[in-house]
Amino acid sequence: MIALIFSFSAVASEPSIKRQQELGNMLMHDCGSCHGLTLKGGLGPSLLPEALRNKSDEFLVNTILDGRKGTAMPPWKPFMTKQEALWIVQKLLK
Amino acid sequence: MSKLSLLLLLFCFNVHAELRATGDLGVVIERAKGSALIINTSNHKRLARIEALGDLSHASVVFSRDQRYAFVFGRDGGLTKIDLLQDKIAKRIIQAGNSIGGAISQDGKLIAVSNYTPGGVKIFSSETLQLVADIPAEYGDKQLSKVVGLVDAPNQRFVFSLFDAGEIWSVSVKNPNKPLIRKYKNIGKQPYDALLTPDGRYYIAGLFGERGLALLDLWSPEAGVKRILPDYGKNDEKMPVYKMPHLEGWAIAGDYMLVPAVGQHEVLVIDKTNWTLHKRIPVIGQPVFVMARPDGRQIWVNFAFPDNQNIQIIDAKDLNIVKLLTPGKAVLHMEFTPRGEQVWVSVRDDDQLVIYDTENFNELKRLAAEKPSGIFFSSRAHKMGL
Repeated sequence: MIALIFSFSAVASEPSIKRQQELGNMLMHDCGSCHGLTLKGGLGPSLLPEALRNKSDEFLVNTILDGRKGTAMPPWKPFMTKQEALWIVQKLLK
Repeated sequence: MSKLSLLLLLFCFNVHAELRATGDLGVVIERAKGSALIINTSNHKRLARIEALGDLSHASVVFSRDQRYAFVFGRDGGLTKIDLLQDKIAKRIIQAGNSIGGAISQDGKLIAVSNYTPGGVKIFSSETLQLVADIPAEYGDKQLSKVVGLVDAPNQRFVFSLFDAGEIWSVSVKNPNKPLIRKYKNIGKQPYDALLTPDGRYYIAGLFGERGLALLDLWSPEAGVKRILPDYGKNDEKMPVYKMPHLEGWAIAGDYMLVPAVGQHEVLVIDKTNWTLHKRIPVIGQPVFVMARPDGRQIWVNFAFPDNQNIQIIDAKDLNIVKLLTPGKAVLHMEFTPRGEQVWVSVRDDDQLVIYDTENFNELKRLAAEKPSGIFFSSRAHKMGL
């Protein structure tokens, strides 16, 4: 349990500045192609903080990494690490 | 001093008096900035940038039949009428919360917009942008469906698909105040986009939620919607799709129609004479746009992330890939000049438009554009379904 909390909230070891830019670009444009450039939703649901707040970091990280069966959400695991997915989740919740 | 200002004044008048024809113009969406460039396809020039068009993360454009105005449909429900002669916004409204595309009627008098929120289609006067008809995409227990694949069709109709409901609706707007709706139910799960064949006869919706495509023959509307290619790739593992394919860029070459497969790295070749699968052409990624050069000889294909730096070109003569181009990072869209001797390609992450000669694939020119996405030439004004 402690390990879980540890890995899911305390340390998102920050990606490098360059990687942050890449991930930010991916979030805006590639996630944005379904969720909207402003992330308020499109074919995919809204990713604005109020839409995500009641979902756990773990659920969100897993959704990014593994996708959601039965929906159009694909797994992004080939393109980012768990740490990077967590960094994206924290950015979305801000 | 006053003489000088008079001279300047005269000079200005001369500049403004310069005539501009619109038949070889186009509009390029700059998705991140919420702006659009007006470009000239004959001399490869940027003429103007129109700003403040809202959220253009998914945007499309149709043209008035006089080719003077471009109507831009933005993600945020914005509908903007741009005057291509005067480089300015003629009119702009916010007509919904979240929208995906639009169409102009056969007679050019109506603009229809397909919306996600609230799910449905709204129809406006192309002259004033005043609301003429509101068609909520209601299904089931008073739910509203997202609407996709909206096209204009002969006999003053609009046809569109309901993503959540799995329906196709055909609406006659001969009397725009009293639209006549014909609904086709159970056409398949999650239609994600659709096309109208260039002859205006067949409306074909791609399905995301299951295999195959839904086909409506507008010459025999009473025959209903039938499923085509229900079994293709049934035993293949479905690969993840990082960007929804589009069907808008129909590709018809002789008796064959080429469409992107979904979850398979293939272009499907459908025999139009009997609507069966003729061939599966393996390509390097999930195809997004599969677009025929206007003469039908070549088919250009771009791809979803992470293969979106590439374009593959299929020769219609033997349905083989003849060329791979790598214009840059994140190729989003392609648009052919009216008779197809050149093609313009938008490269989002490199902030560029690249123009190619389609005969020898030589790069002719690069123009700067900020995060360009859709490219729309005014020649679309006179094509059904675009």
